[in-house]
Amino acid sequence: MSITVDIRKSLGAFTIDIWFECNAGVIALFGRSGAGKTSIIQMLAGLVSPDNGRIVIDGDPVYDSSTNLDTPPNKRGIGYVFQDARLFPHMNVRRNLEYGTRRNSETSERNPVFDEVVDVLALAPLLTRAPQGLSGGERQRVAIGRALLSAPKLLLMDEPLASLDAERKWEILPFIESIHREFATPIIYVSHSSDEILQIADEMVLIVNGGVAAAGPVEEVMNRPNLLRAAGDSNVGSVIPVVVDRCDDEYGIAALSFPGGEFQVTAPALLPGDRVRIRVRARDVSLATKRPQDVSLLNVFEGTVVEISNTGQPQADVSVNVGGATVWSQITRKSLDDLAIRPGSTVYAMIKAVAIDRPAGSP
Amino acid sequence: MFALSPLELEAVRLSLKVSVWAVSVSLPLGIAVAWLLARRDFPGKSLFDAIIHLPLVVPPVVIGYLLLVLFGRKGAVGAWLYDTFGITVAFSWQGAAVAAAVMAFPLMVRAIRLSIEAIDTRLEQAARTLGAGPLDVFFTITLPLTGSGIVVGVILAFARALGEFGATITFVSAIPGETTTLPIALYGLTQVPGQENSAIRLVVLSVIIAFVAMFVSELIARRVRRRISGA
Repeated sequence: MSITVDIRKSLGAFTIDIWFECNAGVIALFGRSGAGKTSIIQMLAGLVSPDNGRIVIDGDPVYDSSTNLDTPPNKRGIGYVFQDARLFPHMNVRRNLEYGTRRNSETSERNPVFDEVVDVLALAPLLTRAPQGLSGGERQRVAIGRALLSAPKLLLMDEPLASLDAERKWEILPFIESIHREFATPIIYVSHSSDEILQIADEMVLIVNGGVAAAGPVEEVMNRPNLLRAAGDSNVGSVIPVVVDRCDDEYGIAALSFPGGEFQVTAPALLPGDRVRIRVRARDVSLATKRPQDVSLLNVFEGTVVEISNTGQPQADVSVNVGGATVWSQITRKSLDDLAIRPGSTVYAMIKAVAIDRPAGSP
Repeated sequence: MFALSPLELEAVRLSLKVSVWAVSVSLPLGIAVAWLLARRDFPGKSLFDAIIHLPLVVPPVVIGYLLLVLFGRKGAVGAWLYDTFGITVAFSWQGAAVAAAVMAFPLMVRAIRLSIEAIDTRLEQAARTLGAGPLDVFFTITLPLTGSGIVVGVILAFARALGEFGATITFVSAIPGETTTLPIALYGLTQVPGQENSAIRLVVLSVIIAFVAMFVSELIARRVRRRISGA
């Protein structure tokens, strides 16, 4: 399944002009608040009409200004999980969940089974309750279940975790992951949190000022610090897919292998064989021109400098090729000159084990 | 003392009949107009709004007279009704119901409109994305959430219809057994010397009916509120 979005819409002084194509999976729309992410998925859902363009989902055009096609939202087969759950206050949880099922049972070939959805989202104890009595996290889970039970071809999620506190967020994220795994529903996930995206998304589309700044697999887009900064992310760095090699229970340290070697991180809740993505923030990576001796750092990698992007600010981004993987380091321009680091130089990238972000979940 | 005279019984029966018909027939129209005013913009909306509210601000006699001109046997609407269906509303209980409905209409529309305006339209958007068409959304989301406004509108309209006098007497006059609702019967009694006792009995009767109606409507309103809050 593929999704093609090519639309333009002017909203007062602000213009949305985007084109992207992506394949099934979990696709993240990432950008600052006000970049136009919500407007884009409202147009995908048919809640707002673009000025012109084309939207094709799984080969079916749902909007095409050249043929005056604008399928109404109820006929698009696109589920929508809103930032504010929007549960119907006059129905209990069960009736909220069933609202979409009754209306889509004939048209859809694959219907998620009510009991399965209730099971995956752990909704059983809530079924007879009123939406007003639910916590924010519970509400959002019901909203996700409700959208899922309408058997959508595509599920849109508009910052479903934004209104929750950090702890609840990490509670809901695994549910969203499991939805994609259990029901194989493609998801477009809007977020301004790169942590969330790192955990659940396969591809990402970077939205800056109503336009697409970059699109592609998460590892590729996240490895472009300048772009991410433009999209409002201050935690820029490298995202590296790794395999858990072994866990040292005595020290609570896991060894994660990647083409360039082995990361050692403090990693509870990881099992050997797990495939995860880790993020190494550029500002946590130091560089040395000689192999350091007697330091507490567990992660030291020899690599070659590929690129230095010097933004004219006191700091510069240096990308280091470590056995095929890219590790970004942010160091001062002063150090850059003192150590005479140039593209092609051999350097040692050093990262503290505790500074590495594991996408496995809670901090 | 508590046994009602045939005349009193008839006044009560007529009053209830006229009010119930007036409210129930105008309710669907009231909901439609309230929705139109709450949700749609169209040219001439303020004029339309003003016309709906006219019965609130002009003397009831004026409305009664306008109804007479329109619905009388020779009136624009009345002549058509008579020619096509053989119906005459002027000087009949149906006419009294029309007068009561017109007078009560703005109160009903106002209450329902406020409650439609209070509904979060984002809930309706959510229903659309779940596969519900516009009409489906109206009946499963908008209407149930308007419940309390509809109850309030019906109560106000019913109370207004029960008390309706000026437009009714102008339009359908006081025809015994046909249009002598409580207020009109009471007015008739006050015009005849020596009927003070009968007049008082009607006054007490009116108060009792009003109390019972308020009590019942409060019960209904409570139940609707409970249902909407989802308990």
